[in-house]
Amino acid sequence: MDFLALYVTLKLALVTTIFLMVIAAPVAYALAYYRFAGKSFLEALIYLPMALPPTVIGFYLIIIMGPKGFIGKTWGMLTGGSLLFTFVGITIASIIYSIPFAVQPMKAAFSKLDRRLLESAYVLGLSKRKTFFRVIIPNSVSGIAAAAILVFLHSIGAFGVLLMVGGSIPGETKVASIAIYEAVEMMNYRAAGMIALSLIPISYAFLLLINKLNERNRI
Amino acid sequence: MSINVSFKKDLKYFDLDISFSCAKKNMVVMIGPSGGGKTTIVRMLAGLEKPKEGKVVFGNEVWFDSLRHINVPPQKRRLGYVFQDYTLFPHLNLYENATFAAVDKKEVDELFELFRIGHLKKRKPDMVSGGERQRCAICQALARHPRILLLDEPFSALDAITRRGLREELKTLKGKMSFPIIYVTHDIAEALYLADELLPVVEGKIDDQWLQRMITRDPSTEVALRAAREPRLTLVY
Repeated sequence: MDFLALYVTLKLALVTTIFLMVIAAPVAYALAYYRFAGKSFLEALIYLPMALPPTVIGFYLIIIMGPKGFIGKTWGMLTGGSLLFTFVGITIASIIYSIPFAVQPMKAAFSKLDRRLLESAYVLGLSKRKTFFRVIIPNSVSGIAAAAILVFLHSIGAFGVLLMVGGSIPGETKVASIAIYEAVEMMNYRAAGMIALSLIPISYAFLLLINKLNERNRI
Repeated sequence: MSINVSFKKDLKYFDLDISFSCAKKNMVVMIGPSGGGKTTIVRMLAGLEKPKEGKVVFGNEVWFDSLRHINVPPQKRRLGYVFQDYTLFPHLNLYENATFAAVDKKEVDELFELFRIGHLKKRKPDMVSGGERQRCAICQALARHPRILLLDEPFSALDAITRRGLREELKTLKGKMSFPIIYVTHDIAEALYLADELLPVVEGKIDDQWLQRMITRDPSTEVALRAAREPRLTLVY
């Protein structure tokens, strides 16, 4: 069993989830509470990875993260290294690929919150920033948790984007889905089956958790 | 300190145009039919909505002046606002709600005793009755040491008995307060019971004829009897 691939998968899913929670919360807040020029365009752009084939996303990520691309060049100047075929590279790819799954549930949770609670906080003297942390976040825990779980699961399942951006370097970019693909390619069904089977309880447990959160929300 | 208010705002069905003032220790009761603009007036006073034109001066402090483009945000007006429906924070218990913006937590204990909810401190808002929630909302507003208290139909969602009890508690409390209180209701009996001054608001404007009509429509009503018993009442406009 390729424990290293499982380790990289879980590490990638965890890092992606942590980063996306921090990035997506203010984006979801802006989308839920503000009206601004180009809001629909921005929202559609954020949700675009959901509608595109992973290979298309992977292709454009290779372009911008490659040595001549904007992000790749900047990274090269700062660190002297390359983003492609590295764990950092697949983390960036995974974040971009999963961003809709973080923003959408969070935006829904923020939008659902009774606006009068925010007004009550303002009248009680809280700034918008403090209201975000003391009122919005604590009252959107279920939505935030659902977003985190969805991102985590989506990152575990990523394949095409990661293969294109990271290749298959054991311990660095070779995740479980790639390990399964390679094992099948080599007709090693036993190895593929072991990794595949190990992912099922993880994914199932997290989906159960989402259901429980949704049930709690409905009550 | 007293507050002087004048607002103009175009609403969906009528144009709001109103001016009034409220002296310290006084309770101005804004009375009128539902949908007449009372809540909008209170929201503009709190800074939650922006008037088209107007001015709000609290003591020497200008909170809003459309000509000078002054609009002090609600956070800086330091007022107490008890909303029509329950707006306690659902993730906090009653005590945490009341101390949310409290100046002195010890005072919250005293307020809880005064409003007889001391035994419910640890309960979440959804675990207590509507009356208890509104009592807590009043404690929350008072604990901030407000310079003016706004009560927007705070008891409208409660049953008649609870409503009457709270009305009496509020009247007792009023005597101890040194700041202006603006109370919104569409219940004439409640208005006559609580008010030092009445402000009849109909379709965004002051309409003293409306109040007279409501009282004289049925002279045998409790409302009319109370009106006759309350000669201290003055109309504020």
